[in-house]
Order: sequence, then C-alpha cells, then structure tokens
Amino acid sequence: MELFTPGFGLVFWMFVSFAVLFFILWKYAWPMILDIVDKRADLIDKGVEYAQNAKEQLDNAQLAADNLLNEARRKEADILREAESLKTKIIEDARAEAKEQAKKETEAAKLSIEQAKKEAELSIRDEVGAIALSIAEKVVRERMSDDKAQTKLVNTLIDEIENQN
Amino acid sequence: MALGYSDQMHHSATETQTKVDPKEIIFEHLGDAYGWELPFAHHRRIPLPVIVYGTDGFHVFSSSRVTDGEQFQDGNATFVIPAEGDYKGKVVEIVDGQQVKPYDISITKNVLALFITIAIVVMCSMSLVKWYKKNGNKAPRGFTGAFESLVVFIYDGVIKATLKQDARRFAPYLLTIFFFIFMMNLLGLIVIFPGGANLTGNIAVTMTLAIMTFLVTNIFGTKHYWKDIFWPDVPMWLKCPLPIMPMIELFGIFTKPAALTIRLFANMMGGHMIVIVLTLLIFIFAGVGGMVVGGATVVVSVAFSIFMLLIDVLVSFIQAYVFTMLSTIFISLAQEHGHEVTE
Repeated sequence: MELFTPGFGLVFWMFVSFAVLFFILWKYAWPMILDIVDKRADLIDKGVEYAQNAKEQLDNAQLAADNLLNEARRKEADILREAESLKTKIIEDARAEAKEQAKKETEAAKLSIEQAKKEAELSIRDEVGAIALSIAEKVVRERMSDDKAQTKLVNTLIDEIENQN
Repeated sequence: MALGYSDQMHHSATETQTKVDPKEIIFEHLGDAYGWELPFAHHRRIPLPVIVYGTDGFHVFSSSRVTDGEQFQDGNATFVIPAEGDYKGKVVEIVDGQQVKPYDISITKNVLALFITIAIVVMCSMSLVKWYKKNGNKAPRGFTGAFESLVVFIYDGVIKATLKQDARRFAPYLLTIFFFIFMMNLLGLIVIFPGGANLTGNIAVTMTLAIMTFLVTNIFGTKHYWKDIFWPDVPMWLKCPLPIMPMIELFGIFTKPAALTIRLFANMMGGHMIVIVLTLLIFIFAGVGGMVVGGATVVVSVAFSIFMLLIDVLVSFIQAYVFTMLSTIFISLAQEHGHEVTE
C-alpha cells in the first residue's frame, strides 16, 4: 500500500522544503519575534513597576502635603494666639501707662490749680483788702465828720475784732 | 476532498453505472497524485510537472502527458503510468519492455501542497516581522496578533517550560515544526485547492519530520545523554555480561521517532478517512436502499462529516502541539547535564 511506504520524491521535497522554511524563519523571523516579545514583556513589567512607584510617591506626596498643611495651620494658630496675647499686653501696657500719665497730669494740674487758687486767694485778699480799705476809708471819711460817731465806730470795730479773735 | 468526490460519484452513478469501490476511492483520496483535481470535475486535474531521473538522466514533462494511461516518449526514454502491477499509479520508465521505476522527484499534489504550506507559514511570520519593523514595541492586532499569541503560547508553554535555559537554542526548530505541521493539518481539511492534500496523513511527511527531530535530538545530545544510554546507572548485571539496558536504551532512541511518525500519521489519516467513509456511505446506502434510505443517509452523513471535520480542526491543533511537545521533551532529555556536572 502506497500510503504506508514513504515515497522517495515526497521525502526528498520534504527535506528540501523544510530546510528552506527553517532557514528563512530561523534567519528572519523567530529570533526577532521572540526578542520583541521579550522586550515588550520587560517594557510592560517596567511600566507597571513605574506606575506603582509613581502611585506610591503620589500617596507619599499627598501625605507630606497634608502634614505640611497641618503644620502650617498649627503655626498659624500659634502665631494668632501669640499676636492676641501680645495685643492684649500692649493694650494693657498702654492703658497702664496712660493711667500713670493721666495721674501725673492730674497731679500736676491739681498742683497748679492749688497754686493758682492760692495766688488768686492772695490777690483777691489783697484786692478785697484794698477795696475794703478804700471803702473803709471813704466810710471813715464820711463818718469822721463827727467825733462821737468816730469814737463809736472805733469801738464797734474794736469789739468786732475782739469778738472775732 | 468530499466535495470533489461526491461529484465523481454522481457522475459514476448516473452515467457509467459503475459499482462503488470504497477502498479504491479512499486510498486514491488519501494518497498522492500527479495532478490536482478541480472541484466538481474530479477527472479534470491541474497538470503538475513530473521530474524523474531515469536511465539516461533527468526528464521533466507535464503530468497531463501520462495521466490518461498513454505512453510518453521523451528523448530516448518512454514513460507510462501503469494501471496495474507493482508500480500502479506511479510514473515508470519502459526499458526493453520492462517497467523500471526511476527516481521520482515530481512536483506532485502533495509536494505542491508542501510549497503552499511553506509560503503561508512564511507569509504569516513575515507579516508579524513587518509589523514589528513598522510599529516597534506595540502589540500587533488582528490576525498578526493571533499569530503572535500562538507563537508565545508554544514558546512559553512548551519550549521554555521544558527546555529552560536551552529554550532559545532550540526554539527556531520547534516553532518551525509546530507551524509547519499545524498549517499542513489545516490545509488538509480544506476541500478544494489550495487545500485537500492529505499531507500529514502521509507517512513520508511524518517520517521526515520525526527523522529531523531524531537528528536534532542526537546531534545536540550531551555526553551525559550518551552515557545514560550505553552505561546507565543500573545494577551491574543489567549491563555487563549482557548489555540488556543499553540495548533497551538504544532501542528507545529509535522508537521515539517511530512513535512520532505513527501518531501524527494515524491521527490525521484517520480523520480524513472517517470523513470520506461517511461521504461514501451516502452512495453505498443509496445503491442498496434507493431514494429514501439514500436521502436519510445524506442528512446523517453530512451532519457527522461536519462534526468530524470540526473535530479534525481541533485534532489538527492538538497533533501539531503534541508533536512539538514530544520533540521538545526528547530534545530536553538529550540536554541533561547530570549530577556530576552540576556539583
């Protein structure tokens, strides 16, 4: 049976064509295909790794940013608090100083008022004295026309002074 | 195969009323031919070149000159295809009234199918290479992508998994074997030209493939591999006075390619044969039981034929895969470096 006995021609052509096919594919196809497939697999691996790293870094960055923000907020609060206390202190100081100043001013004013008052009193007293003297003089001059009245007046005056003392 | 066949049957049933000879038909279809039959006109064939080396050198002529049984005179030599005898269906030279078989390297149907297969495999792989040259590291799409994933499937799943660090050395051979067999199997399932040649169901083809695996295995075999064959690690009485184990091992070298040959051949030929027989059943039953039985057989036979052809698509892949896998295993067994080398 022909089917079970290998024919020479077919075996011959089989060898020839397989050799040709193998040569072409070995030279131009398989090494390149396998290389590129390998390279692509590496590339994909690297890409995945890169993406993972990037994601990690992003997460870290987010965390760092959050931390930074919190820190900044805390500092801000601190500064505000400090400023507040400083402000209070300054106001307090200013107030105290103003009080002091005012006290001093008041004191000085009081003193000068006292002085002025005294001076005024003195001058009024002098003036009043002078006026009283001149009035008295006029009155005396009027009344001194008669001696009796003069004596009476003198007596009255002396009595008054005595009573006064 | 079945298509062209049924047409012939139709003609023979209506016109010549000849009796169906299943055996003749089956082997005609499974075997080789000097021409390629056209669909729906089984006896009209595409003539192919006959190349023979006879008693007085090479002769090249068209097969149409001898396929109808006539003698052809080329120079001093006369050629004929005898209808009977030892050389039935083969081109022989007539020397002094005797039939002498010349060295026949004709481009027969099978040889042409071989060339077509090679052209297709080269085209497939070159389309992938072309894609790479154009697109660099981008992954190919469509058919090219499918071809690439098949390459990767075989390389990663079979070659690399078995051969490990030697994978790249033997990958070109094994990948070529796989795609060559796979494409031959698939082309064999296509009924009309350029398919229809029962290539992997021909023992010459499978034997050549197995011999090549045998050569690759043994030429690249390591020292340890040969030591394991001629001086294996077995009790002394198994190898010293009578070399029982070495004999068995040596025998094993030759049974491996034999197993490869028969496995692929039998599987593919079986598939083809079942489809032809199922088709033939229609004509056999029609001849016996008339229209009704014949009609019923048509439905059943066609259904089964389609089923079998679909199974054969699967078998085509599985057998190519198995052949590659076994070749890989045989090669990897010959690549053993043993314990004394690794220590």
